[in-house]
Amino acid sequence: MAKFKKERKGQEQINTSALPDIIFMLLFFFMVTTVLREQDILVEQKIPQSTQLQKLQNKTLISYVFIGKPKNTGLYGSEPRVQANDVLISTPEIVQWVNQERDKLAEADRGSITISMKVDKDVKMGPISDVQTELRNADARKVLYASTGKIYED
Amino acid sequence: MARSKNRMSNEINAGSMADIAFLLLIFFLVTTTIASDKGILNFLPPKQDPNVPPPDIKKNERNIFNVLINANNDLLVEGEYRRKAEGLDKEFKEFILNFGAPDEDGVALFNSLPASLQSQALRRQDSSDHPGEAVISIKTNRGTSYAVFLEVFDNAKKAYFDIYAERVGITADEYRALTGDDETSKALQDKGKEGIPMAISIAEPDKIGGN
Repeated sequence: MAKFKKERKGQEQINTSALPDIIFMLLFFFMVTTVLREQDILVEQKIPQSTQLQKLQNKTLISYVFIGKPKNTGLYGSEPRVQANDVLISTPEIVQWVNQERDKLAEADRGSITISMKVDKDVKMGPISDVQTELRNADARKVLYASTGKIYED
Repeated sequence: MARSKNRMSNEINAGSMADIAFLLLIFFLVTTTIASDKGILNFLPPKQDPNVPPPDIKKNERNIFNVLINANNDLLVEGEYRRKAEGLDKEFKEFILNFGAPDEDGVALFNSLPASLQSQALRRQDSSDHPGEAVISIKTNRGTSYAVFLEVFDNAKKAYFDIYAERVGITADEYRALTGDDETSKALQDKGKEGIPMAISIAEPDKIGGN
């Protein structure tokens, strides 16, 4: 009986010297995968779900517009607004914004600029169609309707 | 003297290392957003010149599959009232693969398809002539919800991707993941698409129910 007790006592301490290594490994994983948010999003963003998602290869060609109801309704009203970069812009300003974004790209890539439209679920087609008309005017015709995956049932 | 002191502190206490690492880990866990650039690709039509009237395209009614979505998010599919978009992908697929009255190219295309797709040709006279002619038209109101529009568009894309994938003998998920960067994937992509253009027309929304 006494002998049994002694053996248990010997095993009581777990060797934790490898713990920092494990934690560091996790840390590096998150450091590598993380993308620090570079902009505040001023509009609501509940992205709709769909099944036929495609992934874009070249991230540098993508520019983002956010469309949704402003979070700060006291300041910006409750109608859906368009956010590009850090500010809310009006629809006619989109052409200018697209041209600015295009100027940031290398000359060879300017034709293949892609606009990722992150649109809130509750937005109606009206504002979206206005934005698309402006994108057509700016000749940025490749758009991506940002969307998250849906669990698909067959 | 200095030396002996050095020897004393030869080992750094690494006990708090885990704590520091944990702190950093938690910081990155909180700030991380795993970026996803996924979505549904669409190519907008080129800008219309106001001086040139839009081209008058004559197309047989049977070659256009009309989907209307009104401001109440109700659907009108080929003149038929519908509440939900579910199951539209199958109808789109039937419509595209109908081969009602194929011309020469259409017949050649039909013969090049695998048997599983050939068997899906219903050959109805009131549906599309052949995939090269078939157009899916989606029309919304300004008051239509974006979510419903995207669901219908998603269904239309699904119909095409299913056909493309079945044609080259891979799953639709695998087909969509093809990048077209290297030769084999480009060849597969082109083989799937050949002769079956993805013709999804999105009409300008009309003024009802919006602003």
